[in-house]
Amino acid sequence: MPTIRVIDREGKLRELEAPVGWSVMEVIREAGLPIEAACGGCCACATCHVYVDPAWLGRLEPPHADETMMLDEAFQVRDESRLSCQIKVTPELDGLTVTLAPEF
Amino acid sequence: MTDSVVETDMVIIGAGPVGLFAVFEAGLLGLRCHLVDNLDKIGGQCAELYPDKPIYDIPAVPRCTGQQLIDNLLEQIRPFEPVFHLREQAERLERRPGGGWRVETSAGTVFESPVVVIAAGAGSFVPRRLPLPGAETFEGRSLFYAVRRSEAFRDHRVVVAGGGDSALDWVLALQPLARSIALVHRRDEFRAAPDSVERMRRLVAEGRMRLVIGQITALEGVEGQLTGLRVKLQDGREERLDCDRLLAFYGLKMELGPLADWGLELDRGLVKVDTEAFETSLPGVFAIGDICTYPGKLKLILSGFHEAALMCQKAFRYCRPEERLVFRYTTSSTDLQKKLGVI
Ligand SMILES: Cc1cc2nc3c(=O)[nH]c(=O)nc-3n(C[C@H](O)[C@H](O)[C@H](O)COP(=O)(O)OP(=O)(O)OC[C@H]3O[C@@H](n4cnc5c(N)ncnc54)[C@H](O)[C@@H]3O)c2cc1C
Ligand code: FES
Repeated sequence: MPTIRVIDREGKLRELEAPVGWSVMEVIREAGLPIEAACGGCCACATCHVYVDPAWLGRLEPPHADETMMLDEAFQVRDESRLSCQIKVTPELDGLTVTLAPEF
Repeated sequence: MTDSVVETDMVIIGAGPVGLFAVFEAGLLGLRCHLVDNLDKIGGQCAELYPDKPIYDIPAVPRCTGQQLIDNLLEQIRPFEPVFHLREQAERLERRPGGGWRVETSAGTVFESPVVVIAAGAGSFVPRRLPLPGAETFEGRSLFYAVRRSEAFRDHRVVVAGGGDSALDWVLALQPLARSIALVHRRDEFRAAPDSVERMRRLVAEGRMRLVIGQITALEGVEGQLTGLRVKLQDGREERLDCDRLLAFYGLKMELGPLADWGLELDRGLVKVDTEAFETSLPGVFAIGDICTYPGKLKLILSGFHEAALMCQKAFRYCRPEERLVFRYTTSSTDLQKKLGVI
């Protein structure tokens, strides 16, 4: 199973087993890390905001227009910002590293 | 604030799908309902978070959007003439000395009823606040998340943050009043209606307002009074904007809100209920839909509908203790059909 690496808001790194087909948000949420994901993964809330390790950014499917729009409601958005519910785990993403964005 | 008291059978806190269906089930039993919601529209999460997204798991409705579900529910409950109190938050719940409950809203509306139904979903939708150091010291004095009175912005140096309809609508509405006005948004594209975006761009071209593409990184001011903001521009440079009124629109979030203090037994921010009548630890106060919890609870609309039906059976006994409740089908009961207005 692929592993994704998640850095929490205290800077602590965790390696999580990531079932293929789940979203990165689901992996983070099921591990009990603090991610609000208020809309449950429907790209309707922006509370699953993460920063993707720049080394990985180009290897992800680019965001859909929906996701870019929704990111407008997030805060402290950067070039490497993504909504984690919109990133599907695939075998190629083994080792993907993301950082939880600040909560608000 | 108001001296009149609304007396009714059932006060429903939350006008999401589950609160709406409770009106139907209550209506069949002859109970009248008032609903309170602090959103400006009916429909809870379905209308606010996903009006255009499809739902596939409503029994016998293979597919409908969030908004269609709400529109259909409204049609279904119309015969029962529910009364809606929108843009009001239920703030207080108190036991009445003579029995029953008293609910008071943020707008000062007071309800008295034998039954209160909490159908509050994941809590009230409230504006997301600016997560910047010191922001709370400015809130309500020079930093706002909604406009109560436009006059409060007259002759001020106003900055509006956001790219949706609220942000654009208020930029356009306040521009004639303000001494100066700027819109700050992360990128040069807007979710707002194209027509408002067009009007905003025209004002910018005429030099009557500014559009700043960037993100607010710091607030400046003393004792609750803003004097300026720092904005990080797209190219990484930082700019300072003069500002004494900031209006920030970063979407809505859900917060448990005042009901945390009502003395209800809670479990991780949800209201504990029994599964026979979905009654809380306070007799006559029920909780249904996403806000309630019990072993095996699923946060699905269909579960909320079931909870509403069972809840009403017991609620009836509080409202009409002297009457007997007979179980009937809408298909065959002329009494129910009369209530529905179909015969
Ligand atoms: C994107 C998305 C997709 C979904 N898809 C499905 C699906 O396909 N199938 C399904 O079954 N479910 C789905 N759900 C879940 C479903 O929307 C919820 O289960 C449902 O909305 C719960 O209804 P409710 O009436 O309990 O609460 P809500 O819809 O949350 O409504 C509660 C209302 O109460 C108001 N409120 C709360 N506290 C107060 C107060 N103190 N004073 C005044 N008002 C208050 C809130 O403002 C809100 O409007 C989805 C949810 C999301 C976010
Ligand atoms: S969980 Fe809501 S946008 Fe991802």
